[in-house]
Amino acid sequence: MELAPALLGALPELLLALGATVLTMVGPFVVDQRRAWLTRAALLTLVGALALVPTPPDGLIFGGLFVVDGFGKFMKILVLGATAWTLLIAEEGRQSASMRAFEYPVLVLFSALGMLATVSANNLMSLYLGLEMMSIPLYVLTALKRESRHAGEAGIKYFVLGALASALLLYGCALLYGFTGTTDFNALAVALPDAPPLGAAAGLVFLVAGIAFKLSAAPFHMWTPDVYEGAPTPVTAFLAAAPKVAAGALMLRVLFGPLIGLADVWMPAIAVLAVLSMTVGAFGALRQTGLKRLLAYGTIGHSGYIFVGIAAGTPEGIHGACVYLAIYAVMTIGAFACLLAMHRSHQPFEQVEHLAGIGRHRPMFALAFSALLLSMAGLPPLAGFVAKLYVFRAAVEADLFWLAVVGVLASVVAAAYYFRVVYVMYFADGDEDFEHMPGRRVTLTVTATALTALLFLFVAPVVVEAAARAAGTLGL
Amino acid sequence: MSTWPILSLLVFLPVAGIAFLALTGRSGAENDRNARDVTLWTSLANLALAVVLAARFDPGKDGFQFVEHAAWLPELGVAYHVGVDGISVLFILLTALLVPICIVASWTTVVERVRSWMVAFLAMEALMIGVFVARDALLFYVFFEAILIPMFLIIGIWGGERRVHAAFKFVLYTLAGSVLFLIAILTLASLAGSTDMDRLEHTPIAVDAQRWIWIAMFASFAVKVPMWPLHTWLPDAHVQAPTAGSVILAGVLLKLGGYGFLRFSLPMLPAASAEFMPLVYVLSAVAILYTSLVALMQRDMKRLIAYSSVAHMGVVTLGLFTASARAISGAIVQMLSHGLVSAALFLVVGVVYDRRHSREIADYGGLVHSMPRYAVLFMLFALAAVGLPATSGFVGEFLVIVGVFPVSAVFAACAAAGMVLSAAYMLWLYRRVVFGGVPAGPPLPDLDRRETGMFLPLAILVLWLGIQPDFVFRLVEGPSAELAARLLAAQTGGGV
Repeated sequence: MELAPALLGALPELLLALGATVLTMVGPFVVDQRRAWLTRAALLTLVGALALVPTPPDGLIFGGLFVVDGFGKFMKILVLGATAWTLLIAEEGRQSASMRAFEYPVLVLFSALGMLATVSANNLMSLYLGLEMMSIPLYVLTALKRESRHAGEAGIKYFVLGALASALLLYGCALLYGFTGTTDFNALAVALPDAPPLGAAAGLVFLVAGIAFKLSAAPFHMWTPDVYEGAPTPVTAFLAAAPKVAAGALMLRVLFGPLIGLADVWMPAIAVLAVLSMTVGAFGALRQTGLKRLLAYGTIGHSGYIFVGIAAGTPEGIHGACVYLAIYAVMTIGAFACLLAMHRSHQPFEQVEHLAGIGRHRPMFALAFSALLLSMAGLPPLAGFVAKLYVFRAAVEADLFWLAVVGVLASVVAAAYYFRVVYVMYFADGDEDFEHMPGRRVTLTVTATALTALLFLFVAPVVVEAAARAAGTLGL
Repeated sequence: MSTWPILSLLVFLPVAGIAFLALTGRSGAENDRNARDVTLWTSLANLALAVVLAARFDPGKDGFQFVEHAAWLPELGVAYHVGVDGISVLFILLTALLVPICIVASWTTVVERVRSWMVAFLAMEALMIGVFVARDALLFYVFFEAILIPMFLIIGIWGGERRVHAAFKFVLYTLAGSVLFLIAILTLASLAGSTDMDRLEHTPIAVDAQRWIWIAMFASFAVKVPMWPLHTWLPDAHVQAPTAGSVILAGVLLKLGGYGFLRFSLPMLPAASAEFMPLVYVLSAVAILYTSLVALMQRDMKRLIAYSSVAHMGVVTLGLFTASARAISGAIVQMLSHGLVSAALFLVVGVVYDRRHSREIADYGGLVHSMPRYAVLFMLFALAAVGLPATSGFVGEFLVIVGVFPVSAVFAACAAAGMVLSAAYMLWLYRRVVFGGVPAGPPLPDLDRRETGMFLPLAILVLWLGIQPDFVFRLVEGPSAELAARLLAAQTGGGV
C-alpha cells in the first residue's frame, strides 16, 4: 500500500484531525477573553477542509477502508458547510460560562471529523468508527451547559439511547461479518446474495436500525424531542443539521452499496420507516407547544421524506434524497438561527406563543421565519417544495403511488402545524418587547436562509444538477 | 408578434411593486398612503398591460400565443413555459381588473398593517396571472398552490371574528386537494417524460391510468371550484374574509378550479372525463339545487352569496363536462360573469358593512330611501346573478342549458331550476335589504365617489357581456370547440 496517495485522498480529514488536536492542546492555555480566537481557528480549519474536499482523486484508499467519490464529496461539502455555519452562529448564542468552554469548538471539530469518516466509509469497521467519532462529541456537547438540569438530562438520555443504537448497529455489523466473512463493502456486495437469507436480513435490520436512530426516524425517534429541547439552542442547531446529513449519506451508501443485493428486503422496510416517520412527525408536532420540540418532530418527518426517496431504490431515489438533505440542512440552520436571533423580555423563544405579535413589531423577522417554516412544510414556491418534489417523483416513478400519497397527506398535516406557528406570529397580538440579539452573524444567517427559501426556484437547477452528479457516482 | 415578453411582465410587474413597497416605511399615515398609491398604480399598469395583451391577441390563430420558453429543471422535463389562448386572455383581464378594484375597496377600510395588505394583494395578482399563463404543469402547480399563503394571511390577519378557524379550514381543505394534484402531475410526467402541457395534451394515456390521474386532479379542482360536498370551506372563508378578500376569492380563486378542469382533466384525460361525466353531472345538480335551498335560508348576507356561488359554479361544472362547444363556452362565460357579479355582490355587502358593521340581513331595510344609487347598482348585480337577459349571467347559463339539453333533459332542467331558485333568494334578499321597514338608527349615506368608481366598471362589463358577448365568444369558441371534439371522440370512439 502506498501511503502518499492515501494521505492525499484524506486531506480534508487530516486537516480536521490536525486542527482539532492542536486546539485541544492550545485551548486550556487560552484565557477567557481570547476564547473567540479558538472558534475562529476552528472555523478556519473547517473552511480549509471544505476547500480541500474537491481536490483528492476518486478511488479507494487505506486498503479499501475509505472511498473517495463524487457522492462523498457532495455530502462532505454539505457536512462541513453546515458545521461551519452552525459554529459561526453558535458563537453569539453561547452566553453562559460553561458554554464558552474551550472544548466547544474542539468537540465540534472532532464530531465533524467523524462525520467525514462516516460519509466515506467503505468498510463496516470504518463505518462504526466514524459513526462513534461523530456521536460521542455530540453527547458531550448536549450536556455542555453544566448549570442546566435539562441539558444534563438530555445529554444522559442521548448517550444511553445512542449507546443502545450503536450496540444494535455493531450487532448488525457482526451478523453481516459472521455470515459473509468480510467487512469490506465491495466484498459484502458480492458475498451477501449467497449468504443465508435470514442471517443477512437480520444483520441488515440491525444495521439499518442503528443508522435510523441517528437520523431520528420513527420508531427510533424517541430521543429527538427531549434532546432538542434540553440541549442549548446552538448545539441543537448543529445536532439537527450536519449529523443528519452524515447519517443520511451513510444510509444511502450502505443500502445502495453492500446491501443492494438485498434490495427486495430493505425496500419495503424502508417504506415502512418512511410512513412511520412521516406520520409520527406530522401528528406528533400537532400537539407541541415548545418551538424546539416542534422542530424536532419536523426533523422526524423530514427523515421520513428522505426515506421515501430511498425506498424507491432507484437512481432517482438517491437523487431525491441528496436534494432533500441539501435543502433540509439549509432550512434547519435557518430555523434555529431564528430562535437565536431574538429574545423576548430577555428570554429566548421557547414556546410557540412567545412569538405572538412579532408579525406586527418585527415584520421582516416574521417574514423570514414564516418563509423558512412554510418551506419546511413543502409549499411552493419555497425551497422545501423542490425537496419534496424530487422524492415524490422518485416514488411515483418506482410505482410506489401509495407511499407518495401517504407522503403528501402527511405533508398536509405537517403544514397545519407550520401554519400554526405562522398564525401565532401574524394573527395573535402581543406586546412590543422583542429585542435583537447583538451580533450580525445570526441576522445574516436568517436573511440568507430565508432568501434561499424564497428564491430557491431560481437556483434550483444548479443544486439539482450537483445532486444528480453526486448521486450518479454512488454505488459499487 | 411582439418580441418583448409581455406575459412575464404581467407576472413580474406586481413583484416589482412588492419591491417598491419594501422600500416604504412600516407605519404612519404618509407611509400608508404611499403604499396604497404604489399598489394602485402597479395594478393599474398591469391592467393596461392586460388590455394591450388582449388587443394584440389574434383570435383567428390556433394554439398559444406570446409563448416564452426557457429550460428550468431539464431532467424532470420542467421548463418555464408560458403562453396564452383566448381563455387565458379573458381570465387575465378579469384578474387584472379585479385587483385594482380590491385595492380601491380597501382604500379606507384597511387601516392596520396597510403595507402587508398591499404586499399580499400584489403577490396574489402575480400568482393568479401566473396560473393563467403557465403552459407547464409544474409551473402551474407552483402558482396554483402558492396562492394559499397570501390568502391565508388575508383571511387570518384582516378577517372577521372567527378568522383563524376560517383561514385554517381554507388552507387545509385546498392543500389536501392539491397535493394529490402534485402526484397526478408527477405521474403524467413519468408517462410523458415532460411536464410541458402541450406535450401532455398529445400523450395518449391508457384509460386505466387516466382514471386514477383524473380522480387525483378532481380532488384538487373540485375543492377549489368548490363542488358539493367539498364546498364547506367556502362559506366560512367568505364570511370571515375582509371585503376585498371575498372579492378576489369569489372573483378569481374559484375560477382556478374550473380553469384546471379546462387545462388538465378535459384535454389530457378525455376518456376518464367522459367516463366520470355522470358523477360530475350528479354533483353539479346537487350543488345547484341543494346549495340554492341553503342560500335561501341564510340570515348572513355574505353567507347567502357564498352559497349562491357554489350553485353558480355547479352550472359551470355541468357545462364543462358536456361534449358540446356551446356548453363549454357557456361555462367559460358563466365563470367570467360570476367573477364579475359575485365580486360586485361582495362589494355591495362590503359597502353597507362598512357603514353599519353587520352582515345580518335583519339589521337592514329600506336602504332605497337613503341610498338610491346603491339600490340601483345592487338591483343590477342581483338581476345579473339571477341570470336576467341582457346581463352577463344570462348568456352563460342559457348556453349551458342549451348545450346540456340534448345530452340530458333532466340535468338541463336542474340548471333551469337553479335559475328559478336564484331568483327566489336574490330577490328576497334584495327586498329585505333595500325595501321594507327602516330599522332604528341613523340613515346610511349613499355611495361616495370612490365606491361608485369601483362599481362602475363592473356594472358596465356586466351589461356589455350581456348585450354584446361577441368579443368573448371570438376568444373562446376555438378552444372550446377543440375540447368538445376531444370529449366527443372519447365518448364515441373510446368504447367507454
